Amino acid sequence: MATAATPSVNDALVEFLLRTGDNTLILGHRISEWCGHSPVLEEDIALANSALDLIGQTQLWLGLAGEIEGKGRTADNLAYLRDAAEFRNALLVERPNGDFGFTLMRQFLFDAWHFELLTALTQSKDPRIAEIAAKSLKEVSYHIERSADLIVRLGDGTAESHKRMQDALDQLWSYTGELFIGDAYDDVLAEAGIAPHPASLKDKWLAVVSRTLSEATLKIPSSTFMHKGGKRGIHTEHLGFILAEMQFLQRAYPGATW
Amino acid sequence: MYAQLVKTDSDRVRGLDEMSAEERAFQERIDRGEKIEPKEWMPEGYRKTLIRQIGQHAHSEIVGQLPEGNWITRAPTLERKAILLAKVQDEAGHGLYLYCAAETLGVSRDELIELLHAGKMKYSSIFNYPTLTWADIGAVGWLVDGAAIMNQVPLQRTSFGPYSRAMIRICKEESFHQRQGYDIMMKMAKGSPAQKAMAQDALNRFWYPALMMFGPSDKDSVHSAQSMAWKIKINTNDELRQKFVDQTVPQAHYLGLTVPDPDLKWNEEKGGYDFSEPDWSEFFDVIAGNGPCNTERLNARVKAWEDGRWFREALVAHADKRAAARIAAE
Repeated sequence: MATAATPSVNDALVEFLLRTGDNTLILGHRISEWCGHSPVLEEDIALANSALDLIGQTQLWLGLAGEIEGKGRTADNLAYLRDAAEFRNALLVERPNGDFGFTLMRQFLFDAWHFELLTALTQSKDPRIAEIAAKSLKEVSYHIERSADLIVRLGDGTAESHKRMQDALDQLWSYTGELFIGDAYDDVLAEAGIAPHPASLKDKWLAVVSRTLSEATLKIPSSTFMHKGGKRGIHTEHLGFILAEMQFLQRAYPGATW
Repeated sequence: MYAQLVKTDSDRVRGLDEMSAEERAFQERIDRGEKIEPKEWMPEGYRKTLIRQIGQHAHSEIVGQLPEGNWITRAPTLERKAILLAKVQDEAGHGLYLYCAAETLGVSRDELIELLHAGKMKYSSIFNYPTLTWADIGAVGWLVDGAAIMNQVPLQRTSFGPYSRAMIRICKEESFHQRQGYDIMMKMAKGSPAQKAMAQDALNRFWYPALMMFGPSDKDSVHSAQSMAWKIKINTNDELRQKFVDQTVPQAHYLGLTVPDPDLKWNEEKGGYDFSEPDWSEFFDVIAGNGPCNTERLNARVKAWEDGRWFREALVAHADKRAAARIAAE
């Protein structure tokens, strides 16, 4: 196997920022699909609010990615004019919504990871990253509190809700492994003290997730197989449809101002 | 206007001398501009009419999420997406305040929702029209929220305390929505020829449905007269419609768009525009369930409710378990 040259800090930063911003963009898109369709009014409000937080964070992460990349691309250019293979989000966030329990389980597994990532990033040696992380962390602290609470209530609710939540966990678990796999870019940023190595987040994540799931009377699946590819631009079939919808106006009316 | 054709159960407005002592005292308080609070005595007709009106208004906010939500995933920039999300979130919040205001009258949110789903309560006719292009999101903010504000600003002074207070909060947010809608229209109207055409098309399709939001002329309506006597309706439909046209036409001109009414003309004498009436047969078709999106809108709400039943039941079951555990521990 050929060994790739060590990436520069700059390239690693752009890659990392795209990964971080694409995660928030795609998850924000997914949960915004619920708008007006959730089980109860309070959930419509909460999900729209979470989507709003995630889209706001996307503007910051992708904005900084474009700035550091130095090719004149804005956050909007990056969101609306890249094709699927250039997206760097984890596969977890592009999973279709399923039922409301599935959406919440996906959110919980992501939030728990997002919280650990942002907490570590507040210590980044790059002050721009530390600043965005600190702002995002305020929002994500609420996201994890809310999703963990709902996981417990639904896991330990009725027999039906328990089954739905266990099914969701069984289907989503194999998409969590990718969040903790590092590559050469991650090595460079960890070395430079700019971002934590993904593997370093796993123990804390697993502790929070295990505790919540246990309280929710849910069982972590025994299978250890994990899907991966999103961070390298190899996605599931779903991302193409998300982009076809999200990018429609920018693609159909190139160069227009909105 | 999010409440249309609200019935009052009266066949005529009675004079003070025809009322019981209680009713007379109540009417005199309203005449003095006092607010009526939930635990105070009120005539049954007042209570029922308010439940209909506030309920219809709340349902409109909730159903109104759907035509706008239709474009959240396709919003053209991250900023527009964020603004639209915030707006739709506000609408859901308005629904919440209004259902709470209705609950103070002794009807639960679930009961009102069941009535909506059974087709026994209505929501505003406007939300049965489709949002076909991004410019429609601008037109909804500009025209639909604009028309709603016309009605809601005076309702801040309505006689029922909780409704009045809900309106005060809602109006603050609605005027922000209207500005956002107009801002989208500005960008489109000053944009490429294709965008300008989209903006004109949106105005063409939303103009008359927006005029219909105020409801047909109610100058001879006994229900309107009774609601006005109770100060749960402040202006007639025609007054509000005229005000809306007078405010909106110059805004359309500023955008360089044409209002789709060849008979629209400034009338110096009345100090307002003369304009064409909407096609009221279309309005009554939409109210009767035959608008372009009635079936989809109601089905979407019913589906959300039915699909979410397990979720709501689980939360209740969990709360019961917790309560039982607490009692056992004491």
